[in-house]
Amino acid sequence: MRPGLQPSRDSAFFWQGLRDEKLLCQSCDHCGRLRHPPRPMCPDCGALQWSARPLSGRGRVHAWIKPVHPLLPMFEEGFLVALVELDEGIRLLSNLCEISAADVRNEMPVEVFFIEVDAEGAKVHQFRPIGELGHG
Amino acid sequence: MADGSSSVIVGIGQTEFSKNSGRSELQLACEAIRAALDDCGLAPADVDGMTTFTLDSSDDVDIVRSLGIENLRFSSRVPHGGGGSTGTLAHAMAAVDSGLAEVVVCWRAMNERSEARFGTAQLSDAGHARGSGTGFIEWSVPFGAVTPAAWTAIGAQRYMHVYGATNEDFGRVAVTLRKAAATNPAAFFYQRPLSLEEHQASRWIAEPVFRLFDCCQESDGGVAFVVTSRERARDCRMPGARILHATQAVPFDTEVVTNFYHADLTRFDSGIACAAELYGRTGLGPEDIQVAMLYDHFSMAVFWHLEAFGFCGPGEAPDFIREGHCELDGRLPLSPNGGLIGEAYIHGMNNITEAVRQIRGTAANPIDSVDHVLVSSGMSGAILGRL
Ligand SMILES: [Zn+2]
Repeated sequence: MRPGLQPSRDSAFFWQGLRDEKLLCQSCDHCGRLRHPPRPMCPDCGALQWSARPLSGRGRVHAWIKPVHPLLPMFEEGFLVALVELDEGIRLLSNLCEISAADVRNEMPVEVFFIEVDAEGAKVHQFRPIGELGHG
Repeated sequence: MADGSSSVIVGIGQTEFSKNSGRSELQLACEAIRAALDDCGLAPADVDGMTTFTLDSSDDVDIVRSLGIENLRFSSRVPHGGGGSTGTLAHAMAAVDSGLAEVVVCWRAMNERSEARFGTAQLSDAGHARGSGTGFIEWSVPFGAVTPAAWTAIGAQRYMHVYGATNEDFGRVAVTLRKAAATNPAAFFYQRPLSLEEHQASRWIAEPVFRLFDCCQESDGGVAFVVTSRERARDCRMPGARILHATQAVPFDTEVVTNFYHADLTRFDSGIACAAELYGRTGLGPEDIQVAMLYDHFSMAVFWHLEAFGFCGPGEAPDFIREGHCELDGRLPLSPNGGLIGEAYIHGMNNITEAVRQIRGTAANPIDSVDHVLVSSGMSGAILGRL
């Protein structure tokens, strides 16, 4: 069980997409601008119409940390938090898995995968290295 | 150059800073406000304006009823948590300059250590009203980033990667602030300086970025100040500190603590916006500032502020600290009260009262010849000067 899963009216599509193992972001129907976190209006053109666009799920580690305190029993010991910059230019926070802190490098390439976090089928996006250190 | 504001901070007040106040947050607020009014010789009946944080638990109606205020004509709250703390000054200044109110009290009072600790895990937005800048919960908490330390560490890690800064560099900020606090009797860490070795031996909070002593304190206490017009200030008991300008800043794509989405995370986007506004409005520059009160919720944040306000170039803050420029006898003394790391964490408000003491010359660690003090809390800032 993960804490803080609280979709809002504007973000419900994102969390629904995860249930189908799709990483989505909003794409403006008028000008094509991508945006995340979700918001109702395009900051470039003001359009309210948007479509949910699947993202590649590939990107790079922009920044990362290993939270040590406070202990979080619902997470594995030594878990890592990463800010991933996707190839599409979108940044999102996630976990970096299948690697230990000592081996993490900024800008290392990563890919998305999904894990189920509750009995109702809610999922979250996770990332793992691709290339030498990973399974890609 | 514009004439600037004609608003003046005439009174400051505070409770003791502790880990367990033993009384309600409302009582702390009343005591701090009363102390600030006594400091300048004004009475509750003179107060007609009030501002605090959206996060503060005390309601204006209860403050009015407790203090015996006759009528408020202006009441407001600032968002952005401690990052918005200097925004209370901007609101008070706006109210006084425009005539919406004549005497505005600003306060923050909290049992942040003995009741709701920020350093413990925040697993939902229960307790956070929407509108306080807490929309971040949804995008951080499911991944185990549940504290201000974790959120701030992510941007700080990017800075480390780009500029080669180390946790030891961050440690020198904590050591500098604890050294100042050691000679400030009001500071929780009075007579308790910190060595770099002790800092490096403290446990990790968010590896490889923040150790325990990179984090500010968690404190109970209340701080208040009184803002009025220059005319009214002439009759006050103590010399005032003029608000040359105060501003808030919410640049595009910024967030309050989960500030992960703007273009360059090594730069402090809201600090840069505050600097442009404050320098632009006052005609002053970094060379005109004698004391810098920089919001130090985490040691590394001082680097972001120093670079945003042009005290040094991008990536140069670690050297600026290492060379001693932020010592009490340096070219830019940093938070001579010891800041939020050394004195107390009253959400940034104790850095504003210290700025007033430095202008008055009444601080525990007085800096010579202070004409201008910068207070920067990130999403808000002010430059104070002599009357
Ligand atoms: Zn658009």
